[in-house]
Amino acid sequence: MNLRSLWGSPGERGSAVFLALLVLVALLVPLNLLFPPSSPLHLPSYVLTLVGKYLCFAMLAIAVDLVWGYCGILSLGHAAFFALGGYAMGMYLMRQIGPRGVYGDPILPDFMVFLNWKELPWFWHGFNHFPYALLMVVAVPVALALVFGWFAFRSRVTGVYLSIMTQALTYALMLAFFRNDMGFGGNNGFTDFKEIGGLDLQQDSTRVLLVMISALALAASYIGCRLIVESRAGRVLRAIRDAESRTRFLGYRVESYKLWLFVFSAAIAGVAGALYVPQIGIINPSEFAPINSIEVVIWVAVGGRGTLHGAAAGAILVNYAKTFLTGALPEAWLYALGALFVLVTLYLPRGLSGLWPATVKAR
Amino acid sequence: MYIRVWSLVLALAAAQPLAAQMPDEALRSALGGLSEASYPDKEAIVTRLGEGGHQSTNAILTAFLEDRLYVRQRDAAVFIVQSADPALTSLTLIDPVSLKPAGSEPPEAMTKIGTNNRLRRVLRTTVARFALTSPDPAVRLNAVTEMQRSLDDASTTLLRERAAAETDPDVKAEIDTALALAALDGGDGNARLEAVSTLGRRGTPEVRNRLASLLEKSEDGTFKEADERVRAAAEAAVSRIDSMRRLYGGVETLFFGLSLGSVLVLVAIGLAITFGVMGVINMAHGELMMLGAYTTYVVQLALPERTGAAVLIAIPAAFVVSGLAGVLLESTIIRRLYGRPLETLLATFGVSLVLQQLVRSIFSANNRPVATPPWMSGTLQINDVLAITLNRVYIVAFATIVFVILLVVLKRTRLGLDIRAVAQNRAMARAMGIRSAWVDAMTFGLGTGIAGVAGVALSQLTNVGPNLGQSYIIDSFMVVVFGGVGNLWGTLIGGLSMGVVNTLLEPYAGAVLAKIAVLVALILFIQRRPRGLFPQTGRAAEGQS
Repeated sequence: MNLRSLWGSPGERGSAVFLALLVLVALLVPLNLLFPPSSPLHLPSYVLTLVGKYLCFAMLAIAVDLVWGYCGILSLGHAAFFALGGYAMGMYLMRQIGPRGVYGDPILPDFMVFLNWKELPWFWHGFNHFPYALLMVVAVPVALALVFGWFAFRSRVTGVYLSIMTQALTYALMLAFFRNDMGFGGNNGFTDFKEIGGLDLQQDSTRVLLVMISALALAASYIGCRLIVESRAGRVLRAIRDAESRTRFLGYRVESYKLWLFVFSAAIAGVAGALYVPQIGIINPSEFAPINSIEVVIWVAVGGRGTLHGAAAGAILVNYAKTFLTGALPEAWLYALGALFVLVTLYLPRGLSGLWPATVKAR
Repeated sequence: MYIRVWSLVLALAAAQPLAAQMPDEALRSALGGLSEASYPDKEAIVTRLGEGGHQSTNAILTAFLEDRLYVRQRDAAVFIVQSADPALTSLTLIDPVSLKPAGSEPPEAMTKIGTNNRLRRVLRTTVARFALTSPDPAVRLNAVTEMQRSLDDASTTLLRERAAAETDPDVKAEIDTALALAALDGGDGNARLEAVSTLGRRGTPEVRNRLASLLEKSEDGTFKEADERVRAAAEAAVSRIDSMRRLYGGVETLFFGLSLGSVLVLVAIGLAITFGVMGVINMAHGELMMLGAYTTYVVQLALPERTGAAVLIAIPAAFVVSGLAGVLLESTIIRRLYGRPLETLLATFGVSLVLQQLVRSIFSANNRPVATPPWMSGTLQINDVLAITLNRVYIVAFATIVFVILLVVLKRTRLGLDIRAVAQNRAMARAMGIRSAWVDAMTFGLGTGIAGVAGVALSQLTNVGPNLGQSYIIDSFMVVVFGGVGNLWGTLIGGLSMGVVNTLLEPYAGAVLAKIAVLVALILFIQRRPRGLFPQTGRAAEGQS
């Protein structure tokens, strides 16, 4: 397990390119603050937000690719972990609003005052502390993944059954979070955030910082996943993907491998969600919608399943296309996305990054 | 509301026997007396009108009872007004003798003919007498139920007279109930005992409360009902009625659950074919149902006057539309992806997005109105306690029919034989000369066609919009997985039990929590039995993983 393996084999050269690009983003974005807003080199703040959003989605795509591409677990509920991380961060951000809310209650968020609640529910305690919130960002998705995965993998729920179960999971969570009684703001969710760790969220400098952190977090999760898949355990995972029963008969504890990979992946998704919320400025139950999870799978499929960097690239490309098309031709977006699903699965089973080695071989 | 009462009154008036009729002039002069009369005089006039038997009497007295009898100040002529709503700026007048429209007047120009409690009682009795002799049993039944609410000596006498002549069993039973209710207030202990035993056979809330009131104590600690035997009988009757209400309440909940379950079975049964028999994860299943629902809408547009016929025509039409779409889908996309279930899932999801957007582009993103045929609305009154809305009955029947047809197709036809052969062992089936590609297309077309038929049913239950399919897709997959893939009976039992459990939980947890609980329970269930309620066994099961 050494870092050299990151760019050892020819297929993994993409990772060097990918990491270099991320470092470039992390370094170049702060330069933005040097240019005055009038300069043509200055990026407007909505572009910064978009870049940050794409980076978070790329992290989510990497998390899905890790379990799907390397272990054959097609999770159609990963957006649930993303949203849970986002909600944990959102709770911290809500507490940070303090008395600046519409109703001016120093403790209770606006929606609780509106529902005529008298005190903070127990699960809200502690979220005014940043380290606690950061812990929860990871702990809540991990706990859910642990419980769900422990049950599912131990009883050998596989293939499409598992996919449908994960989808039911995120659907149930969506219904639950839509309820006002849950204490998570019902269908409005959380919004109107003011500051994070004492920094004003409307400031360009805060945005730049968040984009940098997102780029670094993406790089870190990429390296983490890469180390896992290149390790001995990674070989076992691929063996599970290709022939689960055989791997089990060889004496490997398939359930444990799957479970820990699933949990790690959920943690990455949670962090991605936590970075997403302060940049976008809102979190609501629609993040749990089953379609979101399926869209993530498409990003991975488009970029190339089982490559990690391909998944990240797919996320960024598809989302850029979405931003562009929903702006230019709103009607066309769903046609384009639908056609993308069909064409990629029919003609590009290895995604866009599948094109690359093929050309190398052709030469 | 007024219009409905009004048309009832007109019907009643028209139904009066023509014999021994008071002449129009006599009626008019009697009415003329009303405006100046004192209450006792008014009472006398009302009695005279009742005895006179003019065909408009009933309408006049009903209007009087409802404070809709007015005098025009200018000429002291009496009119019925169509509605005395104080918000109206002009009153529509009706001539009381001919019952024809007679223009309109501003409210200031009219004075209401007042009533008092005593007069109203007389009026009610007189009106009830008219209703009780109506040839229509429904009107008579209505009159008796109305009289039960305020029983007095006069109405009891009326009812007793009528009881002897009544032939309709429902009306007779209702009259007996009314007489028994009245007898409870009487002094004779044996009569009260008899009344309690009569009432014990009924189950309406009014009867139950009346019986329960016999068991109450007055403020001084003595029982309101002095006779011990009557109390004992009343107690037994109340507990019998209560247990009956519980029983029928359970039956009703069960039926609600079954109807919800039937919806689930309908939406899942097509999937049981495509997913269960063929192993294709068709995420566009919901959108094929949506196509069926929109087909209903289009057929109704073509036949705007015949809603019922349109719905019936829509069933085969939706089968064809969705079935053809399915065959097209199978032969262009799914065929290339056999053996790669996860890829099929993604490709068909893409198709579902395209279909949704297609519908948005053609029909707009708003929900489309689909009318319910008149024979599908209304309720079925089974007894005092149990009433079931007709559309639930229809949905259960429809689901049953679709299920039986599907079962017959699979078990009794050549196509069904081919389908099962290919599902069990494709290579062997091909060796026997079955064109497996053709069978695949037909199977998929059958499954998606059923989805279209389910869409017709959904168009009667929910909003027809581009998101119709999405809201059912998870449910339908859960039903199929719960029941056991590749097993139609599993889908039936899975769907029905999910529906019943959901309905049972709803009163305690609310609709959303019940749904969440069912989902979580299913997730846990699949952990225990990963292959569902009725797992496939044998070679086919091995090949599925």
